[in-house]
Amino acid sequence: MADRAQPLSAGLRLGAGAAVLLTLALTLGPLGAVLARAGTFAALGPADWAALRFTVAQATVSAALSLGLAVPVARALARRRFPGRGLLITLLGAPFILPVIVAVMGLLAIFGRSGLVNDGLAALGIGRISIYGFGGVVLAHVFFNLPLAVRLLLQGWLAIPAERFRLAASLGFGPGDIARHLERPMLKALGPGIFVTIFLICLTSFAVALTLGGGPRATTVELAIYQAFRFDFDLGRAAHLASLQLALCAATALVAARFTVPSAFGAGLDRPVARWDAGGAGLRVLDTLLLGAAALFLLAPLAAVFLTGLPRLATLPEPVWRAALRSVLVACGSTAVAMGVSLPLALAIARRGRAGMLEVVGMLPLATSSLVTGTGLFLLLRPLASPGDLALPVTVAVNAAMALPFVLRALIPAARDLEADYGRLAQSLGMRGLSRLWLLTLPRLRRPLGFSAGLTAALSMGDLGVIALFADEDHTTLPLQLYRLMGAYRMADAAGAAVLLLGLSFGLFWMFDRGGRADAGA
Amino acid sequence: MLVLENIVISGFFPAASGRILWEGRDISGLAPGERPLSILFQDQNLFPHLTVAQNVGLGLCPSLRLTAAETARVDEALARTGLAGMGDRRPRTLSGGQQSRVALARVLLRSQPLMLLDEPFSALGPALKDEMLDLVSDIAVETGATVLMVSHDPDDARRFSGETIVVAEGRAAAPEPTQALLDNPPPALAAYLGT
Amino acid sequence: MRKTQISTLMIAGLLAATPVAAQEKPVLTVYTYDSFVSDWGPGPQIETAFEAECGCDLKFVATGDGAALLSRVLLEGAGTEADIVLGLDTSLAAAAAASGLFAPHGQDGTVYDLPVAWTDPLFVPYDWGWFAFVYDKTKSDTVPADFEALAASDLKIVIEDPRSSTPGLGLLLWVKAAYGERAGAIWEGLSDNIVTVTPGWTEAYGLFLEGEADMVLSYTTSPAYHLIAESDDSKAAAAFREGHYLQVEVAAKLAGTDQGALADRFLAFIATDAFQGAIPETNWMYPAITPTSGLPKGFETLIRPDKSLLFPPEEAAALRDAALAEWQTALSR
Repeated sequence: MADRAQPLSAGLRLGAGAAVLLTLALTLGPLGAVLARAGTFAALGPADWAALRFTVAQATVSAALSLGLAVPVARALARRRFPGRGLLITLLGAPFILPVIVAVMGLLAIFGRSGLVNDGLAALGIGRISIYGFGGVVLAHVFFNLPLAVRLLLQGWLAIPAERFRLAASLGFGPGDIARHLERPMLKALGPGIFVTIFLICLTSFAVALTLGGGPRATTVELAIYQAFRFDFDLGRAAHLASLQLALCAATALVAARFTVPSAFGAGLDRPVARWDAGGAGLRVLDTLLLGAAALFLLAPLAAVFLTGLPRLATLPEPVWRAALRSVLVACGSTAVAMGVSLPLALAIARRGRAGMLEVVGMLPLATSSLVTGTGLFLLLRPLASPGDLALPVTVAVNAAMALPFVLRALIPAARDLEADYGRLAQSLGMRGLSRLWLLTLPRLRRPLGFSAGLTAALSMGDLGVIALFADEDHTTLPLQLYRLMGAYRMADAAGAAVLLLGLSFGLFWMFDRGGRADAGA
Repeated sequence: MLVLENIVISGFFPAASGRILWEGRDISGLAPGERPLSILFQDQNLFPHLTVAQNVGLGLCPSLRLTAAETARVDEALARTGLAGMGDRRPRTLSGGQQSRVALARVLLRSQPLMLLDEPFSALGPALKDEMLDLVSDIAVETGATVLMVSHDPDDARRFSGETIVVAEGRAAAPEPTQALLDNPPPALAAYLGT
Repeated sequence: MRKTQISTLMIAGLLAATPVAAQEKPVLTVYTYDSFVSDWGPGPQIETAFEAECGCDLKFVATGDGAALLSRVLLEGAGTEADIVLGLDTSLAAAAAASGLFAPHGQDGTVYDLPVAWTDPLFVPYDWGWFAFVYDKTKSDTVPADFEALAASDLKIVIEDPRSSTPGLGLLLWVKAAYGERAGAIWEGLSDNIVTVTPGWTEAYGLFLEGEADMVLSYTTSPAYHLIAESDDSKAAAAFREGHYLQVEVAAKLAGTDQGALADRFLAFIATDAFQGAIPETNWMYPAITPTSGLPKGFETLIRPDKSLLFPPEEAAALRDAALAEWQTALSR
C-alpha cells in the first residue's frame, strides 16, 4: 500500500493552518491569558491531587464501559435489518446532545430514588438501589457517551466494503471469523481514538460528576477549577489545574495514536452491504436482546423528559421562543465554521499518513475547561469590544472548536480510506483543488460529513458553555433560558423548554445526518 | 514486485537521483496528473460514486466542467469502446470487462503520448483480455501513444510485439525486440518462463 | 439591535455588532447575576421604573451567579465598565471589600427591615432571606426541629456545594454559627442523610421537586412561590430551633465609576417602593424595606424564625477555609 506522506496543496495547507490557529487561539490562548493575568502557577494542595485521581479513575471506567458496551450494540445494528432501524440509530444519538441538567433529570426519573426502577424494585419487595456515588457518575457518563461510541463504530462497520463481506460469505466465514478478519482490524483502527475521546469528555465533567457524585468524594478537577476561579479567585491555581488537564489530554491522545492501526480494507464499488453471516437463531435473539436493552437504557430517560415537558410546550413564554431561534442560528453558524475548519484539517491529517501533532491539536478542545476558555477569551477580547456584543460570535467560534474533536473522529478514518483508495487515481488524473473537493472529497465523505454536521449543530444547541459569561439579556440562548426558568422556580416551563430543546437539537441532527445518508443508488 | 506507481516516470515515486526528460523537457518536478501520460492501475481505476460518463469526462477536464463539444467527445469515446448508452450508469452496475472499457475510454480522451498499464486486465478471461489489449493497441495507434505495460504474461508481450524490458533481481535490462527475446530468452527470463 | 446581531451572525462575521444605544442619554451599567435580569426576574420591572425617572439608560449586564459576579469584577479590576454591582451576598462581601474597588454608598439615614442591624459603609442591602430546609407537607409527617434531629432522622436531603454556590456556603456558615466547635460532628451525623451535593441551587431544587429527596436547602420564602404562582400549598420550610442563617443580598458603587451622581441615585432608588415592590414575587426573597403596600398575600403563611444568625463579613471570610475542610473531611468519610 502506498502509505507515504504526500505533499499538501497550498489550499489545504492554508485551510489546515487556519484550523490549527483557530483551535490554538480557543484553547491555549485563553489558558495563556489566564496564566499571564495570574503571573505564576500556584501550588496544588492534596485536595487537588485527590480530585485529579478521582477524575482520571471515573473517566477511565466510563470510557472503557462506553466503548465495551458499544461494540456489541454497533455490531448488532450493523448486521441486522429491521423496520425503523434508521430511526432507532438516529434516536440512539439523542442523549449525547442533551444539556446536562436535562439528561440528569431524565436519568433520575428512571434510576433515581423515586424513579421507575426503584419503584419497580420496591413493588417486588427488593431493597432500593442508589444512583448517587461513583456508580452514578459512571452510569450517567455511559448514558451520554455510549451513543457516540455506537455511532462512530457503526461508521466503521459501514466503511468495510460490501465486497469484503461477500468474500467472507463465499469462504464460509462464521461470526467468529468475521470478527477476527474484518471486525477486529476495524476496531483496532477506531477503538483507541473513540476511547480517548470519551475519556477526555469525562475528564472535564463538572455538573454530572457533582450532581450524581453524592458528595465531596466525587470532586473533579473541573470543580476544583471552578472553586479556584469563583470562590478563591486564585487564577494561578486554576491555570495550573487547566494545564494539567491539557497535558493529560495531549499524553492520552499521543498514546492512542500509537495504538491506532490502520485497517487497510481497500475500496469497494459502493455495493449495498448484504450480510450472510448473521443467520443463526441464537445470534438473532442475542442481537435483539442487546438492541432492546440499549434502546431501553438510552430512550427511557428521554421519554421521561419528553412526557414531562410536552404539556407545557404550547404555552411557553415568548422569550423562550426568541432564545430558541437564536440558538438555531448559532448552531447553524457553528456548524458552518466547524465543517469549514475540520475538513481541511482531517484531509491534512489523512495525507500525513501517521497520526501526529495535528491530531493532538484537534483533540485539545475536549480537555479545555469551559470556564478557563470563557475567562481567558474574556480577558483577551475585553480590550477590543464589549463582551455583550461579542456573545454570539464568540459562542459560534467556541461551539465550533468544541465540536472539532468529534468531527475529526468521524472524518479522519474516512479521509484516510479515501486517500488510500482513490488518492493515486485522482493524482494521475490531475484532480486538484476545488474540483477534487467537489467531485471526490465531498461525495465520498458525505456520510461522515453529514453525521458530524448534525453532531455539531446539536452540540451547539445544547451547550451552555461560554454564553453564560458573555450574554446579556439580548443574547440568551435556549439552554441558558431553560436554566433561567429553573432558577426562577418555573420547573414546569423549564421542562417544556427542555422538550423544545430536545426537539430542535434532534431535528437539526436528523436533517444533517439524513442529508449525508441520502446516497444516490445505495 | 514491480508495481507501476513505483516506476519513477509515473510521478508517484521520487527519483533517488537523476532527471526525467520528455522531448527535451525536464518533467521530474511535475505531479502525476501533469505528466504526459495516462495510467491504468491494476484496480481502482474508477470512482464508484461518479457515473460512467463522469469517470470518462475526467480525462478531458479534472473539474468536469465540460463544454457541449467535450460532452459529445465523451459520448464518442464511449461509443468507440462499445459502451454507447451506458454513460449514466454507475461502475458497480457494469461487468469487469465493461469497467475496463470505461477506463480505456478515458485514456482515449486524455490522448497522452505515453500509456502506462499495470496488468490492468489480469482479472479478465483470456478472450476478454485479448479484446482489451486489442482496444489498447487500437487506441495507441489512434493517439500515436507509446504503451508501457507491466505484465507477468509473456503472451501479453507477444501481442504487442514491440520491445520488452526484463526486470529480474531488482535490475531492469535494456529493451530488446520482444519476439527475439522470447524466442531466445536470457537465463533469468528462461527461468521465469520455465523453458 | 437584535436584527443587527442576527444578520452579523448570518454572514458568519466575527465582528461585533454596533449597539444602537441612545446616544444622548447617560448610561448606568449595573453588573448583576443571571436570574436577576432574566425575563422572570426583577430586572425588567426595575429597569422600566428607574429609566422613567432618571432620564438615563439603565443597562444590566448578567454574569452567571453571585460568585461569578464578584470574580468578573475582580477580573476587570479598576478598568471595569460597571458603575454598580448588584447581587453580592454577605459571604462574598469581605472579599469584595478587600479589593478596594468599591466606594462608600452614602445612604446613611436609611432604615432597613432586616432581622439584624445594618451599618456597612460600602454595601446597600436590597433583599434578604433565611436559609431553610424546604419539604413537602403531603409526603413528610415528621419534621425535624433542629440539625441534630435531622441527623438522627432517616430523612434524605439535597444540599448545594459550598465550593460552587452561595447557598452551599450559607449552609456551611449556618452550621458553624449554630454549633461552633461541634460543626464537624454535626456534618458527620448529617452525612447519611445527604443524598447528594449539587453544584448550585437550581440543580438541588430540581432534584427535590423530582422527588429525589425529602428536603432541600433553600429559603423560608420558597413555599411562597408555589403558593402564589401555582396555588400549591404543599411546600413548607422547617423551622429550626438553633435559628436560621441569613442571606443578605447587597449592591455597591464602584469607586472608579464615571457616573457617580447617577450611581448614587440608583442606590437611593433601591430603597423606594418601585424597586422593593418588585422583589417578593420575582426574586422570591424579602425586600430590604417593606413596601408601603406590604408583602404580597401568601407571605404571611411563611415561617418567621425567632433567631437569625449571620457572621460579619470579615469573620465569615476568616472561618471559611477551616469550615470547608471540616465539611469535606466529615462527608468524605
